[in-house]
Amino acid sequence: MNRSPSLIIGACIVGLAILIAVFAPLIAPYDPNLQAIADRLQPASALHWLGTDGFGRDLLSRLIYGARPTLEIISLVALLMAPLGIAIGIVAGYYGGFVDRLLMRFTDMTMSFPRLILSFAFVAVLGPGLLNVALALALTSWPPYARQARVETRAMRRSDYVASAEMLGIRGPRLLAGHVLPLVLPLALVRIALDLAGMVLIAAGLGFLGLGVLPPTAEWGKMVADGTPVIFDQWWVAASGGGAILVLSLGFNLMADGLRDILDPRHG
Amino acid sequence: MRPIAKPLAGLLRWLGSIALGLAGLILVTFLFAHFSPIDPVIRIVGDKATPETYDAAKAALGLDRPLILQFAHYAGGVLTGDFGTAWSTGQPVGVDLARAFPATVELATIAIIIGAAAGVGLGLIAGLWPGGWRDATVRVVSLLGYSVPIFWLGLLALLLFYARLHWFGGPGRQDVTYEMTTVPVTGFLLIDTLLAGDKDAFFDAISHICLPALVLAFYSTAGIARLTRAAILEELHKEYVTTARAKGASQARIVLRHILPNIRATLITVIALAYAVLLEGAVFTETVFAWPGIGRYLTISLFASDIPAILGGTLLIGACFITLNSVTDLLVGGLDPRLKR
Repeated sequence: MNRSPSLIIGACIVGLAILIAVFAPLIAPYDPNLQAIADRLQPASALHWLGTDGFGRDLLSRLIYGARPTLEIISLVALLMAPLGIAIGIVAGYYGGFVDRLLMRFTDMTMSFPRLILSFAFVAVLGPGLLNVALALALTSWPPYARQARVETRAMRRSDYVASAEMLGIRGPRLLAGHVLPLVLPLALVRIALDLAGMVLIAAGLGFLGLGVLPPTAEWGKMVADGTPVIFDQWWVAASGGGAILVLSLGFNLMADGLRDILDPRHG
Repeated sequence: MRPIAKPLAGLLRWLGSIALGLAGLILVTFLFAHFSPIDPVIRIVGDKATPETYDAAKAALGLDRPLILQFAHYAGGVLTGDFGTAWSTGQPVGVDLARAFPATVELATIAIIIGAAAGVGLGLIAGLWPGGWRDATVRVVSLLGYSVPIFWLGLLALLLFYARLHWFGGPGRQDVTYEMTTVPVTGFLLIDTLLAGDKDAFFDAISHICLPALVLAFYSTAGIARLTRAAILEELHKEYVTTARAKGASQARIVLRHILPNIRATLITVIALAYAVLLEGAVFTETVFAWPGIGRYLTISLFASDIPAILGGTLLIGACFITLNSVTDLLVGGLDPRLKR
C-alpha cells in the first residue's frame, strides 16, 4: 500500500465523491432544480460559486447532486456484470467439455462486440433512463469476468480441497457458490476497480447524448449537453459538469493504476 | 498433408469467428428493435388510425409473421446491404450510411496517425528513461487521456482554439463557401479537394479536421503510450538487448533494430484496437464538432427515434469493429513466428 500513492489519492477522490453523493442535501447550497429565470446564465459569484445554467439553476448544487446518478449507474453495473460473468465463468470452468465450449464461444462473441456503440443502440432503441444505461453497460461488459473466473476455476478444479468437498457430498450449486466462488472473487473485485473509470465515461457520454437519467434530474453528462449551445459565451455551464466527470474518472484510474503497480510490478 | 491442412483449418476457424460475431450482432440489433417500446406501425400510420389501417400497415411491414421469419427477412436484408428505410429521411439507410461513412473514416484515420505517432513516441521516451521526470510526465498525460470525457474536451477545444484564438476552422468538414464547389469523388474531402486541384478548399478542409482529429488522437495516445512503455520495459531486460549492448551497439540502434521489430506485434494490436475504438468514439466527437459522419447520423437518428437508422449505423460500426480486430489477430499471427505453433 505504501508503495502506491496513486492508489491512496484515487481512493480519496472516489471516497469524497461517494460522501458528496450521500450527503448532497446537506452540502448543496440550493435546490438543484430550483429555477430562477431572472438569474439565468450568471457567471461565478459569491451567491453562485460556479454560476447558473440556462434556467437559473445553481450549478454547484447540480454538480453536487449530479454525483448521485453517476455513482448509482456504475454501482448497478458492477452488481450486474460481475455476478453474471463470474457465474458463466465458474460453470464453464467447472463442468468443462461441451458446456465450456458453448459458454466460451458465447463469451468470445460478446467480447468481440463494440461496447460503446451497442450500449448506445440499446438505450437509444429501448428507452433512456438509469436502469437501461446500467443494463446496457452490464450486458456488454461481463465477458472478461467470465474468462478470468473460468481460468481460475479450471486451475482449482483438480485441487485437493475441491476433491475433499466433493467427497463430503457437496456438489452442484453449493460447491460452486461455497467453495469455488470465494477464491474467484478477489481478482474479480480488482477487475471491477479497473473497469469503473471507463464506465464513468460511457455513462456520462450517454447522459451527454440525452440517454441517461430523465430531466430535470442533475447529471454531469447532461450538464455538459445543457452548456453546449452557450459554450462560446457562457462556457462555465458546460465546464463544471465535464470537470467533475474528469475528476471522478481520474480517481478511478489512479486507483486502478495503483492496484496494477501492486499486483504486477513489471508495469511499475 | 498436415502442413497444408493446419493453416487452412486456422483460416476456417478465423472466418468462422468473424461470421459468428457478425451473426451475433445482427441478432442483437434485431432483438433491440423487437423489444423496443417504439411501435414502427404507429410511426407510419399515426396513433389515430383505424384498427384495419393499423393491421394493413403491420402486414405490409411483415410484422404479423412469425418471429423467426421476421428475423430471416431482417438478416437477409442486412447481408445484402439493405438496412430498411430511415423513418426520418425516407431514404434507404444504406444510402445514408454510404454518404456518411467516408467522413468518419477520414477523421478516425487522421486521428489514429497522429495518435499512434504521439503514443509510440511518448511510450518510447517513458520506457527508455523509466522513473524520471519524463516517465512521470508521460504517465500524467496518459492518465488525463484516459480520464477526460471526450465530448467535453472537444467543446473546450472549440471554445479555445476556434472561438477565442481562431487557430482552426470551426464545426463541420468545410466552410459553406466550399461545400457547393467540392465534387464528391471518393467522399474523403482531403483527397477530393486535391483531385480537384482546389488548394484553398484543401487547406480549408485541413483546418476543419485538425481540431476533432487532435481531440480524438489525444484519447488514443494515452492507451498506445502506456502499452508501448510496458512492452519496451519488458524487452529491455532480455538477453538479446544485453548481447547487443555488449557488442557495442548504440542505444538508438538497439531501439530501432532490435526492440521495435520485436514489439511490432504488440504495437500493431494496440494501434488497431485504438482505431476500432476511435470509430466507435465518433458518436461523441462528431456530435460536438457537427462532423457529418456515422456518429452524427446516429445521434440525429436518436433524436428522431429513427430505429432503422440507429440500428443500421450500429451494424456498420460494429461490423468494422469486429472485422478490424479479427484482421489484426490474423496479421499479428503472421508477424510473430512464436504464435505460429
